[in-house]
Amino acid sequence: MDKHISSQFDAELAHVSSRVLELGGLVESQIRHAVYSLSQFSTEVANQVIASETNVNAMEIEIDRELSSIIARRQPTARDLRLLIAISKITANLERAGDESEKIARMVNSIINSGNSRALPSSELRIASDLASGLLRKALDAFARLDVTEAVSILKEDDLIDAEFDGFVRKLVTYMMEDPRTISASLDLLFIAKAIERIGDHAKNIAEFIIYVVKGADVRHIALADVESAVQ
Amino acid sequence: MPNTNNTNLKNAIEIRNLNFYYGTFKGLSDVNLNIAENKVTAFIGPSGCGKSTLLRTLNRMYSLYPGQRAEGEIKLYGEDILSKSQDLNLLRAQVGMVFQKPTPFPMSIYDNIAFGVRLYENLSRSDMDDRVEWALTKAAIFNEVKDKLGQSGLSLSGGQQQRLCIARSVAVKPKVILLDEPTSALDPISTAKVEELVSELKADYTVAIVTHNMQQAARVSDFTAYMYLGELIEFGETDQIFMKPTRQETEDYITGRFG
Repeated sequence: MDKHISSQFDAELAHVSSRVLELGGLVESQIRHAVYSLSQFSTEVANQVIASETNVNAMEIEIDRELSSIIARRQPTARDLRLLIAISKITANLERAGDESEKIARMVNSIINSGNSRALPSSELRIASDLASGLLRKALDAFARLDVTEAVSILKEDDLIDAEFDGFVRKLVTYMMEDPRTISASLDLLFIAKAIERIGDHAKNIAEFIIYVVKGADVRHIALADVESAVQ
Repeated sequence: MPNTNNTNLKNAIEIRNLNFYYGTFKGLSDVNLNIAENKVTAFIGPSGCGKSTLLRTLNRMYSLYPGQRAEGEIKLYGEDILSKSQDLNLLRAQVGMVFQKPTPFPMSIYDNIAFGVRLYENLSRSDMDDRVEWALTKAAIFNEVKDKLGQSGLSLSGGQQQRLCIARSVAVKPKVILLDEPTSALDPISTAKVEELVSELKADYTVAIVTHNMQQAARVSDFTAYMYLGELIEFGETDQIFMKPTRQETEDYITGRFG
């Protein structure tokens, strides 16, 4: 993108963008650790995830403050305005994704405390969680490069996570029918699966805002085929 | 070229293939544009882009200067105002103009309004009183001056003087009001009052405004035209121009990347 006459304005936009990526990195590692705490049944790692939530919240507030300040002082228009609106939404989505990983960590602790965790198919959440955290990473990369092609491919991939989620739920139901003693832990796993699925949704939302910045097209709540024609 | 409002609005002014010359220098190049009735159309662009030149063609203000000439067509409700037979006094009653610096006449507030009306109409004293009050009310200044109509227009503040000038152009009941940088000499409060007035005026008049203040264009206008080097680069609804301009040149200008 060409530079503004005011290099200070450029610096402010670059700074707030880099803060978003930093927040994204933090949330990404939160998710990774949450999933790791599940695979290792580690209370210690789960507690780390829960503790890091305050950092995420603080960064969200700081980014919002920077955004308000830029809008108030620069009165941005066109692409600049779209970028700042998108950053505000992306930040909110990242914070929510952080909340989801905190939820996962809390469920992990709950499963560990219930005592019959090892009988459950928790490792099968691996595929979905890898997909979800991979998708979030892709979304952050696409945002850093304002890459529309990548953003569109993220929208497609979110469907894979949804399919994984549906399959996992069916499997959980059979476990619960076979052994009612696993119901409590199964419900915890269901919440974890749901949290992973939500993280995928947040990555998808971020991808939609990348398209909004670059193309000026609002592609929320429209069919994938229409998205592809909107970004032509 | 995206040069016309694509809505079903009625046009007050239709500009076609307009070229304008200052002697041998071409100030406007093939401008095509519709100005919608009862809407505010803003012209933005860097200094020397031709936006004031364009505004001045709309009431043929340039005719005062030998060597300046316009070619093409400007239709005001279907009548070509560039035709030689156009009565300029009549045109300027239909298309009023307010300038950057307030230009009250050195006479009373009352006479500032009545002066122009007397040129076109022969009103009784009481009808004239009504007209003066009506025009001052339209320009949202009546309450501030009603007790001092006999005082000089020059005794008012800059912002009041500018609204007095707007009242003066409103008094002859024009169809179109042209505003050339109407607030660049005013403080923010007076600016806000004039902007508020512009929004009210469009209920009865078609307004065209030239402004260096892009945020002002964004605040007051329904349509925005971006001009550069005598050409109309982009024209569209103000929301579209400021959220998602179609031309890179427009984007660069409004986001401050110009230069």
